[in-house]
Amino acid sequence: MSTDLSTLTPIVEGRNLVKTFGRVVALDGASLQLFPGEVLAVVGDNGAGKSSLIKCFSGAYSPDAGEMFVDGEQVAFKSTQEARNHGIETVFQTLAVAPALDIASNMYLGRELRKPGIMGSVFRSLDKKAMRSQAEAHLKNLGISTLQNITQAVETLSGGQRQAVAVARAAAFGSKVIILDEPTAALGVNESAAVLRMIQDLRDRGIPVILISHNMPQVFEVADRIHVARLGKRAAVVTPQTASMNDVVAIMTGAMTVPESEQQLTPVRVPATPSV
Amino acid sequence: MERQTSMQKVQGVLHKYPWLSPLIVLVIALILFYFANSRFLLPGNLSFLTQQTVIVGTLAIAQTLVILTAGIDLSIGAIMTLSQMVMANLAVSATASNVLPIAGQNPWISIFLGILAGVLAGALNGFLIVRFNLPPFIVTLGTLSIWTAISLLLFKSRTIQEPELPDALKWLGSTIKIGGFNLLYGVIVMLIMYAIFGYILRNTAWGLHVYAVGDDPAAAQLTGISTKKVIFSVYLVSGLIIGIAGWVTIGRVGSASPNIDPQINLDTITAVVIGGTSLFGGRGTLIGTLIGALIIASVENGLSLAGFDQAYRVLAVGILVILAVAVDQWIRKVKA
Repeated sequence: MSTDLSTLTPIVEGRNLVKTFGRVVALDGASLQLFPGEVLAVVGDNGAGKSSLIKCFSGAYSPDAGEMFVDGEQVAFKSTQEARNHGIETVFQTLAVAPALDIASNMYLGRELRKPGIMGSVFRSLDKKAMRSQAEAHLKNLGISTLQNITQAVETLSGGQRQAVAVARAAAFGSKVIILDEPTAALGVNESAAVLRMIQDLRDRGIPVILISHNMPQVFEVADRIHVARLGKRAAVVTPQTASMNDVVAIMTGAMTVPESEQQLTPVRVPATPSV
Repeated sequence: MERQTSMQKVQGVLHKYPWLSPLIVLVIALILFYFANSRFLLPGNLSFLTQQTVIVGTLAIAQTLVILTAGIDLSIGAIMTLSQMVMANLAVSATASNVLPIAGQNPWISIFLGILAGVLAGALNGFLIVRFNLPPFIVTLGTLSIWTAISLLLFKSRTIQEPELPDALKWLGSTIKIGGFNLLYGVIVMLIMYAIFGYILRNTAWGLHVYAVGDDPAAAQLTGISTKKVIFSVYLVSGLIIGIAGWVTIGRVGSASPNIDPQINLDTITAVVIGGTSLFGGRGTLIGTLIGALIIASVENGLSLAGFDQAYRVLAVGILVILAVAVDQWIRKVKA
């Protein structure tokens, strides 16, 4: 437990990212650093650029200017698939699930397993058994036990269960980083609590999480650091210990500024040893 | 947990097995028509029934693939006509052909080129839909007219009669006798195609992606599926199926006519919809479509045996389609 936190390399970093849509400037030199093992909340008013910022990292947008790094290595994503190949998994607000397909099929959508031997190579047959048992194992690993039947269609699940499937899919494939976009926006109280527990579970297993949320109490409950976006830039990075909810709202709206010396630009949490 | 009412249980079962409701309809129809005229279930009539199913049944495979992606293909009849006119005009002797310079080819090469024409026409649909983001309804409505016109212009609006056609083209019109049942080769080809495409849809990643793209294209895209590739390939493959259906049709009808059966496009859509496939995409089975095609043929055959006018058949099919879509809407509201 003697890790020197100030020497940690960010696992994901963006420097001075710019993204414009016609005359609308979504990102105006935004920077973001995510350190190993932490939960970083990204908050901001509508139009502050938090969605655009996240979409750069998940590969949905490519920034017009600025640099992005994964594990200190410079990257440029042209698609969500490329971001995924670098270990960045995003759970989009829309969840990106196919409602009519079952849980196992959804977890393996786009990276299906084929049967070994000639059935797989010539007849392209899917290994449904393996996908089902592995999907079950992944869900169990994450402590998700509310899903009884892995062959159930996703549309028959509740909002929280769907979220669980989407998170499990993101976590299942040896990912380095998971980005969650408003994971509790459509959920009830109990389901939100389950998702927050899942986020903490991921962190305890050494997987860092970027959480985009509007919900201040939830952000203060799970985040190690809070990145406040404003007008396409990073307004400040604070922690739940150094700032109150009112402070964060004040920074979001521009009523308060925090000098860089008082911000929390270095990690605060000792990363857990990754265990998958 | 609240208890499910029996109605919800029925809803749940129908939701899980979308081919179940058409199967029930088919069984009821078979029983009703049997009581109306006991000849209905004789082997001779049943084999006729399968022969009546074969054209719509084969084409409906293509229509199912397209509708699963939430698309629609209105040009199926026109592409099939194009395919069979290409085959027939290439294969017959120069005197019988409508396009003299290219006539008299090897019949098997002609069949191949006819099917290829179907593939290319399907690919054109897919290209227009994917490349220019046009709605499938509009694209295929356009190509319906285009291929109809080209078939008529290129092949001089003349039907190629049975005696002029080489045997290879009519081969799928032969039958095997099994007791009193005459099994058409074309029916065998149709069933093999159902088996192959049923396997592909259920057991390959491509099949799964077809469902995912129809279900929610944005979600499919975000999971890393190339929705454009999937949609294009579906129209291309459906062109292949339609081309083969052109060959089946020459066998069944015995001649090759450039005039499209105006009923055929609607019948394929009807078979798919009655078969429990959702017009909104992402939900349905091929076996349901086969049952749907059998229902249409049974209604046609049964009503005429029972002495009803042809118009009643059209009426009955119309009612069935609306019922099928209503049932689909109801089933889609299923809760866990």
